[in-house]
Amino acid sequence: MAETVTMPKLGFDMAEGTLVRWVKSEGEAVSKGETLAEIETDKATVEVESPYSGVIHKHLVEQGAVVPVGSPIAEVTAPGETAAESQEGKTEPVPQTPAAEKAEVKVTPKPEVEAQQPESAGAQAEAARTGPNGPSPQTEVQEKGPETKSAPPEVGGIQRASPLARRLAVERGLDLTNIQGSGPGGRIVKRDIETIQVQPAAPPQPSQAPAAPPPPDKKAPTPPPAVGIPTGAIPEDQVVPVDRLRRAIGRRMVESKQQVPHFYITSAYDVARMMELRKQINAYMPDDQKLSVNDFIVKAAALTLRQFPNINASLKGDQVIRYGHVNIGVAVALDAGLITVVCKDADQKPIRVISREVKEMAARARSGKVKPDDIEGSTFSVSNLGMYNVEDFAAIINPPEAAILAVGSVKPAPVAVDGELKVGMLMKATISADHRVTDGAEAAHYMQALARYLEDPLLLLVG
Amino acid sequence: MARITMREAISQALWEEMERDPCVFIMGEEVGVWGGTYAVTKGFYDHFGPERVRDTPISEAAIVGGAIGASLTGLRPVAELMTINFAFVAMDHIVNESAKLHYMFGGQMILPLVIRTVGGGGRQLGATHSQTPDAIFAHFPGLTVVSPGTVADAKGLLKSSIRSDNPVLFIEHATLYQMRGEVPDGEYLVPIGKSTIQRPGSDVTIVTYSKMLEVSLKAADQLAKEGIEAEIVDLRTLRPLDMEPVLESFKKTNRAVIVEEGWRSFGVGSEVASRIYEEAFDYVDAPIQRVAQKEVPLPYNRTLEQMALPQVDDVIAAVKEVV
Repeated sequence: MAETVTMPKLGFDMAEGTLVRWVKSEGEAVSKGETLAEIETDKATVEVESPYSGVIHKHLVEQGAVVPVGSPIAEVTAPGETAAESQEGKTEPVPQTPAAEKAEVKVTPKPEVEAQQPESAGAQAEAARTGPNGPSPQTEVQEKGPETKSAPPEVGGIQRASPLARRLAVERGLDLTNIQGSGPGGRIVKRDIETIQVQPAAPPQPSQAPAAPPPPDKKAPTPPPAVGIPTGAIPEDQVVPVDRLRRAIGRRMVESKQQVPHFYITSAYDVARMMELRKQINAYMPDDQKLSVNDFIVKAAALTLRQFPNINASLKGDQVIRYGHVNIGVAVALDAGLITVVCKDADQKPIRVISREVKEMAARARSGKVKPDDIEGSTFSVSNLGMYNVEDFAAIINPPEAAILAVGSVKPAPVAVDGELKVGMLMKATISADHRVTDGAEAAHYMQALARYLEDPLLLLVG
Repeated sequence: MARITMREAISQALWEEMERDPCVFIMGEEVGVWGGTYAVTKGFYDHFGPERVRDTPISEAAIVGGAIGASLTGLRPVAELMTINFAFVAMDHIVNESAKLHYMFGGQMILPLVIRTVGGGGRQLGATHSQTPDAIFAHFPGLTVVSPGTVADAKGLLKSSIRSDNPVLFIEHATLYQMRGEVPDGEYLVPIGKSTIQRPGSDVTIVTYSKMLEVSLKAADQLAKEGIEAEIVDLRTLRPLDMEPVLESFKKTNRAVIVEEGWRSFGVGSEVASRIYEEAFDYVDAPIQRVAQKEVPLPYNRTLEQMALPQVDDVIAAVKEVV
């Protein structure tokens, strides 16, 4: 009889998950451990592995459906079992079952997150490209809602293509479903891939824009590019497939920008004393424990949030949940996207603890070993592009949070102190806030209160 | 470059090696006074004498068993089996002794032994005398299996086989003795365990050996007239099997046809195709085709025999399946 796969519980407080995509179609063979579907929770997109080997008899939920934990999502028939047998097994709705039957999950480097910027110096230029505007909205379309299953020209349930053609298609970012095969039985072969022209009309996409210049490095100035009329062939357009992480980023960012009415307030802070304090503290610290500017900002943002519970909040239906915990999300750049790691109860922790935790979680994220706990439960986010010589920028809110703080670079700048003109260290920060939850005055008040910690940083050490 | 027959090439190899090394000697049915069933050893008896060119009783077990014993004492026997079909009678000596003694006795002795034999069909010798059981022998670790398809290789590989310290089954093809080809002047060797490109091409890789090389070359010439350039890889040695030129060629052409005279099931083609799938899967652009003997005992009737054996047209048809 058919075995039932259920919605796995991926986090302590997970009650339901969205079945984003079926990886295995009905009728397709599956081996134990193979990826069955992708599931998204508030914070993570996760691959669900099949606990059984067999054939997918039936999808019990549509793509896009929100499914309570423990509810059946699919039936897998044993290899060799006939459909009739499985029908029989199906008549009795299988109640939730022992642990052995639970779908196994594999957490992959999490998508999610938005246009935040990592704090670490190792940030990839690539990540910067994502920019506060998020990735191309084009990626969004396929993923939304219970999608109508695209019906590619398939034979016997699979697209016939030679292994070489498949590999070439992946390398060139081509979708096999749009290609007519000229081999035996309509099989797509090498020549079919090679004769395809790259769509010349495709406008350059953001992801193909020139990479952001690397962070300035005074020690090793790079020579300016040679002048003159460029010779040689202009590189051809590249078609790059949108991977899962980028799709998820795209989906969430579109969702946020479409559904959350953002407003923005920018303030400038003189952080000369904070920079001096950091310098003093770091003089005592071994290299791997030195504090970053962002560690101070996380602490300051968290302490300030204690006074503004309405900004440390989420809108849920017709209620606003004001969180008791202050959990700050910090964006980390991955090779091909971004992920927010969460520093829990940042208002309660000394800066050194914040610094260590963020470093550890960022390292796990970059090596693909992030834990669900690392990325769950943020109530407010900080995005820092300071290392890229950024004046200021506005970030997209990371739902379901109500606000995000975007931090620019610290730069020497003229400031007026007691009527005198002096050189201070200026840093601009912009809060993006959800107008359904809060208003301009409250957000401005928050930005003002932030100054107390950023400009008088000893409070950060005793707060 | 002299142009000689494969019979002459093999004969030269034996002669040269016997002149070179007094430990080399020949034994087999009618190799001495008669000069060999295929006339390869004509004149040897008179020149080298009965000690080194020994006629034996009609017992393949005795021939191989005696040769194994001689090799264990330090001689380098070249035992001749009139056809490979008779090797079955000596199977125990070949696979249980020659292929394993060095291993089972911890390397205490070597077996510098060559078993020359003749395989293949096409001469109306009937079902039991026309087989191509090469794959059976290539199955056993410890036994080297060589089967040349050109005149030059026949000479160079036989000389290498005689100089090898491992037991070598050297399979000649019954219909190739009259084939003429050029051989390099003077002393030369062809290494065992090296496949080679016999014809360059870009559209499909034909993997073959022995008699089927000749068939494949003819097919390639006809295909070339239609604009299909086949690259032909000659395995030359079945064990150890050198896949490198095959894989290199396949990665260029992305298509392969394997041509062998033996039966398809569990054959050389199966092995080569599997290795390609294992090591070059992402280069496969079409299912690999095998051309082989029909799955029947080879008929005696001339027409039926030719129908059962792989022909030039079969190779052409298989190539057209994949390009």
